[in-house]
Amino acid sequence: MKTDILIAGVGGQGTLLASVLLGDIAITEGKEVKLSEVHGMAQRGGSVVTHVRISDGPIASPVIDNGQADILLSFEMLEALRSLPFLKKDGMIFVNEQKIMPMPVITGARSYPEDIRERLEQGTKNIKYIDAASLAREAGNMRTINTVMLGALSGSMDTPVDTWLKAIEKCVKPAFVDVNKKAFMLGRNI
Amino acid sequence: MKKIMLGNEAFAQGAYEAGVGFISSYPGTPSTEISEYAAGFDEIDVQWAPNEKVALESAVGASVAGMRSMSCMKHVGLNVAADPLFTSSYIGVNAGLVVIVADDPGCYSSQNEQDSRYYAMAAGIPMLEPSDSTEARDFVIRAFELSEKYDTPVIIRSNTRLGHSRGLVEAGTRKEVPLFEYKKEMAKRVMMPAMAVNAHKVLEKRINTIKEDSSSFDINRIEYADRKIGIITSGVAYQYVKEAVPDASVLKLGMVYPLPEKLIREFASSVEKLYIVEELEPIIENAVKAMGIGAVGKEILTIQGEYSTNLLKKAFGTGKVEFTGSGDIPQRPPIMCPGCPHRGVYYVLSKNRYTVTGDIGCYTLGALAPLSSVDTCLCMGASISMAGGMEKARGKEFARKLVAVIGDSTFLHSGMTGLLNLVYNGSTATVMILDNSTTGMTGHQDNPATGKDAKGNPAPAVDLETLVRAIGVKRVRTVDPFDLEGMEKAVKEETAKEELSVIISRHPCALIDRTRKNKYASSEKCRNCGMCMKLGCPAITRTEKGVVIDQSMCQGCGLCSKVCPFGAIGEVER
Ligand SMILES: Cc1ncc(C[n+]2csc(CCOP(=O)(O)OP(=O)(O)O)c2C)c(N)n1
Repeated sequence: MKTDILIAGVGGQGTLLASVLLGDIAITEGKEVKLSEVHGMAQRGGSVVTHVRISDGPIASPVIDNGQADILLSFEMLEALRSLPFLKKDGMIFVNEQKIMPMPVITGARSYPEDIRERLEQGTKNIKYIDAASLAREAGNMRTINTVMLGALSGSMDTPVDTWLKAIEKCVKPAFVDVNKKAFMLGRNI
Repeated sequence: MKKIMLGNEAFAQGAYEAGVGFISSYPGTPSTEISEYAAGFDEIDVQWAPNEKVALESAVGASVAGMRSMSCMKHVGLNVAADPLFTSSYIGVNAGLVVIVADDPGCYSSQNEQDSRYYAMAAGIPMLEPSDSTEARDFVIRAFELSEKYDTPVIIRSNTRLGHSRGLVEAGTRKEVPLFEYKKEMAKRVMMPAMAVNAHKVLEKRINTIKEDSSSFDINRIEYADRKIGIITSGVAYQYVKEAVPDASVLKLGMVYPLPEKLIREFASSVEKLYIVEELEPIIENAVKAMGIGAVGKEILTIQGEYSTNLLKKAFGTGKVEFTGSGDIPQRPPIMCPGCPHRGVYYVLSKNRYTVTGDIGCYTLGALAPLSSVDTCLCMGASISMAGGMEKARGKEFARKLVAVIGDSTFLHSGMTGLLNLVYNGSTATVMILDNSTTGMTGHQDNPATGKDAKGNPAPAVDLETLVRAIGVKRVRTVDPFDLEGMEKAVKEETAKEELSVIISRHPCALIDRTRKNKYASSEKCRNCGMCMKLGCPAITRTEKGVVIDQSMCQGCGLCSKVCPFGAIGEVER
């Protein structure tokens, strides 16, 4: 069994923490795992993707290629569309409904696509739209969108809830553990 | 114990286990985290040097003095360190010396896509290339053994994908390596012509010996499978090969210079058709072809960008890839953060339409719309020297609208000598040092102006004003970039003067500034004139009813309220 999860978002949204958490869970479950992430320039508000590859057997490449991802977990609408090519046929998308305007849209050079849902649906019918921003607000911290989304994703995986919460305790700064656990559960219970 | 580790963390782990005592580096994506992780080990003395040349020279010094030492940098950093690198191979080592250099195929965070293997060849220094986190750790340990066995520095070539991916690593314990004995060895270490002539001969012999031995190194290994296709590959490209052409026989090179000729010949003669898969330049390919062996490489591949499994599948015809495209959608380029102090500077430069020689750092983003003010970006330090050249070409009149912009870390890296040149050769340009008290772009490393060292301990902070004056600049002033009026006045006055001047724009990076500020919001007074949109702040968007400031993004810098002609943007209590 192998699961390729591509996490897409905007630099600063915490895609990296999400991938590290998934990696930690994979290890707890005794699986092989490779992750690939973006540091540097693009983290300054640009498009970022992190790759999470989990498998029962050895994994060669640390990156997910076009048409390979079982799951696309996107923290923003436009970024989901940008990363759609990674998704395999009939793969699953979890997407935060939030729209963050990129600079070419802010300056008026381009417009934010209106038909993202339709275009995503051309790739797959398995899409979950999540209002992660509202849930993060409810949890008490707008920076927990990433854990809300992981919560939503967790519903489709066999991993016990305890393992997730332990991973949060391990990977998140102590002061933010509680709010992230709350955000995770809000995402999980939708 | 098995641990999941970032490639760069695994390099640091390898250094720790190898008993490394000293690391001197300059940050640069994708190499930075090696030194940062290493700084977490009490047993390793880790320092940020002002630039890569100083870093490597420091490591050479420690190696000569008997301590296992390392220096880490990005590919273009090795250009800066090239001078000591080339002669370090003449001098050899005392205790082991390893340089880790990280290439960036795909230019994720760099100004070019150069291939560092040319340096290994040019300097006659063995080069290893790991392919995952496990090998990142292992190869550092191996590199130190080779370094001491053959009396040579060893380069390890990493890249963005390797450094920034995570995999499982078996972490071991540290092997303490006592200081090697130090004694004067003039003929070996003082590279005057007579000694150098001899050292060059030693170097040639050494490389030939390593080349001979390398065919039996276990880091160069053959994995036989179907013999119809044989692929020679190395580094991360090996992983793509394993996935895209799983049935092929593979010669995986752990050492990419010098190449194991015997092993290559053996492999070539046992497969029907030979291919070379290497990212960037056709270096293995050219060497193999020069041995008189027929092979296919860049004929079906490319010297451009990063490889992938799909790219190889296409080249080898081993699988069809199906996916849905995203269509034509707006790009999302990186941007200056909300609250970034660089924004105030560029607002002024953009408004007054200056010619701006730029440099490398977060402030290079001032080239992008809507600020669109940076004219050039070449390499670290070039802003200042290029301004001097521009003035030579177009005269003093042109210099009245000419500004060189450089960050604090970049100024200390290689801007100081450029400034000295402007002083010495009579430039009248204006230089702006954007002092945000950190090395922002690479993830907030300290530098000689921040008052802290690589381990976070207090360190002397150079006073930039004093330094600039000492270099010989008479007109020096310091402005806060959020004081827009003051900034505009300073820039206008200094550029107008027919004399070299330096403006230090000082305000800490928004990501390290801990002062809590009130946020700003727009009101019904907004007439949607679009003035605030010229700031290119990602927190501000325009709607039909006027602009909206995203409260979760706003950092309270207040620039928008200062540029609003209608007083429509005000502070809100937080
Ligand atoms: C020779 C070389 N070394 C390292 C780098 C990587 N690098 C790019 S910008 C930068 C420093 C940026 O710091 P600073 O000048 O203080 O500007 P800031 O990003 O803080 O605005 C570094 C180290 C490089 N591009 N070239």
